[in-house]
Amino acid sequence: MKKGTYEVKVGLAEMLKGGVIMDVTNVEQAKIAEDAGASSVMALERIPADIRAFGGIARMSNPEMILKIKEAVSIPVMAKCRIGHFAEAQILQEIGVDFIDESEVLTPADEENHIWKQDFHVPFVCGCRNLGEALRRIGEGAAMIRTKGEPGTGDIVEAVRHMRKVVGEIRRLTILDQSELMAEAKNLGAPFALVEWIAKNGKLPVPNFAAGGIATPADASLMMQLGAEAVFVGSGIFKSDDPKQRAEAIVRAVTHYNDPSVLAEVSKGLKDAMSGISAAGLDDSEKMAKRGW
Amino acid sequence: MTKPRIGVLGIQGAYARHAEMIVLAGGESEIVKYREQLDGLDGLIIPGGESTTMTKVLGFRITHDDILAFAQHKPVFGTCAGLILIGGGVTDPRVRQLGLIDVNISRNAYGSQKDSFVSDISLEFDRGVPFHAVFIRAPLVLSVGGNVTVLSVHENAPVLIGSGMHLGATFHPELTHDTRIHRYFIQTVKEVKDGKTTGSQ
Repeated sequence: MKKGTYEVKVGLAEMLKGGVIMDVTNVEQAKIAEDAGASSVMALERIPADIRAFGGIARMSNPEMILKIKEAVSIPVMAKCRIGHFAEAQILQEIGVDFIDESEVLTPADEENHIWKQDFHVPFVCGCRNLGEALRRIGEGAAMIRTKGEPGTGDIVEAVRHMRKVVGEIRRLTILDQSELMAEAKNLGAPFALVEWIAKNGKLPVPNFAAGGIATPADASLMMQLGAEAVFVGSGIFKSDDPKQRAEAIVRAVTHYNDPSVLAEVSKGLKDAMSGISAAGLDDSEKMAKRGW
Repeated sequence: MTKPRIGVLGIQGAYARHAEMIVLAGGESEIVKYREQLDGLDGLIIPGGESTTMTKVLGFRITHDDILAFAQHKPVFGTCAGLILIGGGVTDPRVRQLGLIDVNISRNAYGSQKDSFVSDISLEFDRGVPFHAVFIRAPLVLSVGGNVTVLSVHENAPVLIGSGMHLGATFHPELTHDTRIHRYFIQTVKEVKDGKTTGSQ
């Protein structure tokens, strides 16, 4: 019997496919999310929209708060650590978090190095803007990849950009000749073995999810149709006027992402989505997606 | 002879991997999201995922009752959360079970993800080579009824069980490349389809 192997880590990511992972900041929200059909919750003290508004240094959440949420729900509980902050990750693993998000939503702790995730038994998810970034994270041991999008904005444009970029670069690899792959690995800044694997298989070796700006059932459907295998909804649910109904609607929209009649039905009757801010109006220094490499 | 057509309930979870395994094991596969699809199927797999999520979304375009009716005359195979759904004994109101297999199940009994594990197990119907079983936040079978056949155990607990034409696993055969368990299920599906068995193996 072995624990913490690569297949065990990727295995949990596989189980989360076709589902919605929701950001929650307390037990009450966690229960609403689970009752609405969330496949997992992300426990954090402030959702990305509030981190943006609050300013200051955003760190790992208080373990006590995460443990309370773990007690309240039976679905897997994720939590975020800062990019490169392996001590925060060690604490999250110790308290039994099911998945760690090494996240650009928090203030980075290391501008050079991400966490060496292969040393951990708990699986990690990491954000990316393109295939090279995804493969560097997978090389470090990430068991799941998600788009970065632009967290806390309610603006889907960056998540779309990142998903199209990743999927497009994967497609390109599948038509290259073997003799062209090393140069492409150099261009992508990605480990050659992973580049070669993708050229053969036409997909990432770990599940590929969407995150960063999803606020409506239609947003969730859009990301799934673009190639995401599940979605994270951060601020979009509990910053809206109708968290419970919206959470249920987004869960159904992900199951039936390619059925416009279902999407129309679940979109009816929802109150206002989070008002949001335009990602295009943000300075580069305000963009969370620029954190990490 | 036409290949048996096996549906995989596509509400949430690892349904795509099961669909791939069915094809590798000699069947045709279909992702099932609507009750109307059940009519064309010879068998159904309920995949791993989250049992609370599946409980919630079942009832929308396909219901518990639709699957119960299907299971009266067609084989159903549940893996992990899928076994929780087709089994019994869970008192948590967040999960609705179908009771197709007489089994008492404890959810997430091994602990959180850091206690997920892989282990080689022996299959009763093919003892030659061990099966590399992947257990993800797995449920634990506490007890089984008299009409349940235990097809594999791990640390004295049943992990693969059959009951009539139905099959359940606490682990994830779809996460390996070993098709033996899927082939075993497809064989049952074929026998039921051809009228060779009425479900009592």
